[in-house]
Amino acid sequence: MQQAARSFRVATWLGWQIESNWADPFLFLIYSIVKPVTSVMILVVMYWVIAQTDTSSPYFAYMYVGNTAYIYVGSILVGVSWAIIDDREHYQTLKYIYISPIRIYFYLLGRGMARFLTGTLSVVVTMAFGLLFLNLSINLAEVNWLYFTASMVLGLASMAVMGLLLGATTLQMARHYWSVGESVAGALYLLCGAIFPVDSLPDWLQPVSMALPLTYWLESLRRSLLGSEASKEISPSLARFSDSQLLLILLISTLIMTFVSIYFFRWSEHQAREKGLIDMTTQH
Amino acid sequence: MAKGAQLFLRTMIARAYPRVIGAARERSWLFFETVLPLLSTAAYVFFYRAINAPEEYVGLVVVGGAMTAYWLNVLWSMSSQLYWDKDAGNLALYIAAPGSMMAILLGMAAGGLIMTTTRAAIIILGGWLLFGVDFSLTYWALLIVAFAITMAALYGMGMLFASLFLLFGREAWHMSNLLQEPIYLFSGFYFPVSSLPLWIVAGASLIPLTLGLDAMRQLLFPDNPTFGLLSVQIEIAILLVLAVLFIGSSRFALGYMERLAMREGRLTERRR
Repeated sequence: MQQAARSFRVATWLGWQIESNWADPFLFLIYSIVKPVTSVMILVVMYWVIAQTDTSSPYFAYMYVGNTAYIYVGSILVGVSWAIIDDREHYQTLKYIYISPIRIYFYLLGRGMARFLTGTLSVVVTMAFGLLFLNLSINLAEVNWLYFTASMVLGLASMAVMGLLLGATTLQMARHYWSVGESVAGALYLLCGAIFPVDSLPDWLQPVSMALPLTYWLESLRRSLLGSEASKEISPSLARFSDSQLLLILLISTLIMTFVSIYFFRWSEHQAREKGLIDMTTQH
Repeated sequence: MAKGAQLFLRTMIARAYPRVIGAARERSWLFFETVLPLLSTAAYVFFYRAINAPEEYVGLVVVGGAMTAYWLNVLWSMSSQLYWDKDAGNLALYIAAPGSMMAILLGMAAGGLIMTTTRAAIIILGGWLLFGVDFSLTYWALLIVAFAITMAALYGMGMLFASLFLLFGREAWHMSNLLQEPIYLFSGFYFPVSSLPLWIVAGASLIPLTLGLDAMRQLLFPDNPTFGLLSVQIEIAILLVLAVLFIGSSRFALGYMERLAMREGRLTERRR
């Protein structure tokens, strides 16, 4: 356990160094502000072009909160899967990690944690931008902070284990392009209804959405920030679940995914060792 | 010994070769780089549908989603690839070899075109089959011209960026990331670029995809007048100027940056 905690702590520190300290501080600051704000502005402009209404409507807040919270999904999934490629092929240190007393599973969780920290900066900037400049209908005094905290803790745990599932998959792959994490995060962006209610999805796709922990995470987060009733009106499919039921589903699905990720990671790691993929470099 | 155009072509083929072989050898990209990006584009389609946008906007998103493939290819597989190659030790070999750096960059682009075009084609095909997007092919010849000139200008700009990446250190990744979403926004990948204020559009027009996308959308959806920023002919003319400008200046910039990087000892710099 002590070794696991140390692996996690050191990987978090290393990830933070890679993400922030190695870059020009000014560039890092610009990057942390401009990227998330322009990302959310794409949706804001899309909304403006069509709806032409003011941004204080509940639907706008529903979309905005979902998109902002989704920054974490991209950060953590990309963080863990990219850590595999970066360490294996760029820094070529993955083989050294394997021959040192580091628990790789917790090491990757730590790299995800570093991405969570940089993601938090982006989330805070984006939310502040919405509140200050877009008249976002969130009353901070009425936010259910306890529910918000519980939702965040469970949601982040769920993203971390999803990141490990993806990391295990990345172990088997060459570096073809840039980031497999970004592609998966992009697909989940659709499936968990980050920017629209899951009711808008075709009937055959809705069960997939309802099987994803992220769907329940985003819904619980919206309820904590916008109020249960406002969120239920926009998304009838999820309205049948009470606030506590949402958290319970999130907890159970996260536990299931944790077990799956542990076993899948072990299997994938074994395969990678057997095929000699731990020190593979693909200079495509 | 090969010289001139023959050397240029051989260098290009040599750099394209590992990409083509790599893509054929390990085919996981067929899922991760085609199916998943289609789902990502579909998210914007459902967003438009959720806010009751006219159906033409679905086609607009599909074309924008397809063109992201080319922007990502330029950004990650050309520009920042030089930084990756520098750390892997290949950059010094490129410089030492007799081939030109432009040929190497074009080889990277050509090698990546299989993946990039497959990704774009799957998104277009998915848009047609899944969302019933009605593409008009009335102006197909002009569409090919607009696409070809957009690509020439875009890859010219990619080579210009690559010269800058010769000097970058670890922050190269941040720089590439920084150029991703803002370009999606300012070039109007998911909405008509004419919705943005004129001064932003004027600046964004320096990115070839801004006018290229607008021209292609006008040709693919001729019945929707809101998509047009300028007439297609004017947009193609501007793109032509951009193509000449970017390709010409990238030739100069690559030479200058290469000499600068040599003088400052950055070609073999590997900060690990």
